[in-house]
Amino acid sequence: MTDVIRVSGVSKQFALRKDKSLKERLVNARRSRENAEEFWALRDIDVTFASGSTTGLIGHNGSGKSTLLKIIGGILTPTTGYVERRGRLAALLELGAGFHGDLTGRENVYLNAAILGLTRKQTDAYFDEIVDFSGIESFIDTQVKFYSSGMYVRLAFAVAVHVDPEILLVDEVLSVGDEPFQRKCLDRIRRFQREGRTIVFVSHSLDQVRQLCDRAVLLDHGRQVVDGTPTEAVRAFRDLNQAAEEAEEEKNVDLAAQGTRRVTISEVSVADSDGRPVRTLPSGAGLQVRFRVDPGSRLDDWIVGVAVEDSGGQVVWGANSDMQGFTLPELSGGPEEVTVEFPEVPLSEGVYQVSVAVASTGNRTVYHRVNRVATFRVVTDAYEDGAVHLAPGYRVADRAVPRGGVPLDSVAGER
Amino acid sequence: MGPAAGAGEVPLEDQPMERVNQPVSFWRGFGPTVRDVWAYRELLGQLIRKELKVKYKDSVLGFLWTLLRPLLYLLVYAVAIGVFLGSGRVIPDFGIYLFTGLLAWTLFTDIIGGCTGSIVGNAGLVKKVYFPRELFPLAVVGAALVNVLLQAVILVLAYVATWNFPSVGDLGLVPLALLALVLFSVGLGLLLAASNVFLRDVTHLVEVGLLLWFWMTPIVYDWTKVRTTLTVDNDLAWLFQVYLANPMANVVLAFQRALWPGGQTEAGAAFYYDGNLYLRLGVIIAFGAVFVWFAQRVFARSQGNFAQEL
Repeated sequence: MTDVIRVSGVSKQFALRKDKSLKERLVNARRSRENAEEFWALRDIDVTFASGSTTGLIGHNGSGKSTLLKIIGGILTPTTGYVERRGRLAALLELGAGFHGDLTGRENVYLNAAILGLTRKQTDAYFDEIVDFSGIESFIDTQVKFYSSGMYVRLAFAVAVHVDPEILLVDEVLSVGDEPFQRKCLDRIRRFQREGRTIVFVSHSLDQVRQLCDRAVLLDHGRQVVDGTPTEAVRAFRDLNQAAEEAEEEKNVDLAAQGTRRVTISEVSVADSDGRPVRTLPSGAGLQVRFRVDPGSRLDDWIVGVAVEDSGGQVVWGANSDMQGFTLPELSGGPEEVTVEFPEVPLSEGVYQVSVAVASTGNRTVYHRVNRVATFRVVTDAYEDGAVHLAPGYRVADRAVPRGGVPLDSVAGER
Repeated sequence: MGPAAGAGEVPLEDQPMERVNQPVSFWRGFGPTVRDVWAYRELLGQLIRKELKVKYKDSVLGFLWTLLRPLLYLLVYAVAIGVFLGSGRVIPDFGIYLFTGLLAWTLFTDIIGGCTGSIVGNAGLVKKVYFPRELFPLAVVGAALVNVLLQAVILVLAYVATWNFPSVGDLGLVPLALLALVLFSVGLGLLLAASNVFLRDVTHLVEVGLLLWFWMTPIVYDWTKVRTTLTVDNDLAWLFQVYLANPMANVVLAFQRALWPGGQTEAGAAFYYDGNLYLRLGVIIAFGAVFVWFAQRVFARSQGNFAQEL
């Protein structure tokens, strides 16, 4: 395969200067060096992108993903190193960047198409298709300042996908519009892939990266940490997140605490089915959530609630002992160890957080609630979407198909 | 790198690897930029159209404002200077005399003022899309030229109304003067556009500077007054030469000579500038060309930092 983009030893330093006017500069002349805060947005990046590949750039906010994309697109010049590339390039860094509110949709289509590199003739040819894709025919002669934000991005995306680039840079723009429109966008991206175009895209949606990309690069504070399969990169990214979240947890334990504090919860931990503390477990294994309850005085009316959230804050499971049909024994007043045992946790790969609460029956009074105090990670060897890990078997013509016949990577690439 | 390069016909593998934002030496980068701008000429057209459309969008009079503004200036100066200060009694066809100068001056201020804000005003695009940044100032120039053409219609109407047409002999000065004006103001505009990104004061400095410049140019008064004051009343001939070195003074004098029919009358002949305007404009054009080259190089040097400074 041919290399289409070659990034060699690229570093980018930003100087954040806070004074912009002559007066400020004169007044702060002596301090101007202190005012110029410098930081490296990118450090020694070496990547090549082969033709027809789809690469995801992932990382935290401020990790340098967008900067890298802008350097590839030629919008920023690197401090050191250089980028080489061939072929026509379209950069979708912000939808509708070239839109002008006072112009009508039609005028903006022509303007934006020209900005993205289409000739007038080509735009004429694509015009109906663009309007059709955007689905806002009836508003095409209205000024775009009257558009809803959804209509705005629809039109912008419609123009963008009709540019016929060999290289497509996409920055976090696939997450716009309603669901049907998003699906339309993803279909379009897949079509680009089938047509053998090279796509580099930044996304915070790790699922999207796993679905669309055949490769992913993880950036952390401007450095290239992982360059490998999407699964590897996503896993490494989740490790980073887990470390960050654990650090955050320690700081936030008290802030997150709610309830009357009649009873206190402490020492929340996650263990495997044998009671050994764990942070990572295979999908389907057993899990124990253990914590200490200090009732202070005699307590007979109490329930325990546990919730498990994924990294997106979605509760994947939550219930209390009462709902599950358990009546907990009376506590004499001293601190007691409580263990909630899950024989089997068939979750899909990801990082999960546990919240624990103690309340009176029926949740009339919450004694103490600690949110997201323990983190654990589930790993699987499967490529799948969704919240649960269901390992299906396949039968064709009533014969079971053995697993592993086809390399996993190529299977993933086709989805 | 141009969009219209037709790269699609060549298979990707056969296209050469091109370095993005290849650093070019100060002396050699002009040619590639011109080619780049040419490749983006369609976009330039679109940007000019946008400038024109957006300016008077949602205003009732719309494009008429382009004509009303200079007419209003004309009225003010004609009354204040022509009637109250009495210039109108001395200079024949004083209205047209004024308007020829204002025509050149409006073009100049439109270009300088527009260019200064062109990069900052388009920050959204500069930060998100790549194309030659020179297009922003150039779009301003294009829009200003369209406006001046429309304003010239007023001049033609005035000729018809007074049935007094300029002589054909000096009409050749008009394209020369326009070329000199455009080259000079493009150079200046590029420098101002780039510096405004780093120092926002430039906008205000330009406003003040243009006002000063206006009165340093023989538009609403005639140049003979300056000559009399400097060379006859005071022995400051060199200062008069400095005054005449102002490119805009030459452009305005050329406009007056070519487009002001009043100068053909006996009373008006005295107000014609009698120096060799062809030579003077030639020098300004040559200087302007070098200036544009220099300004573009400075602009190119600084544009790598535009996206992060905005």
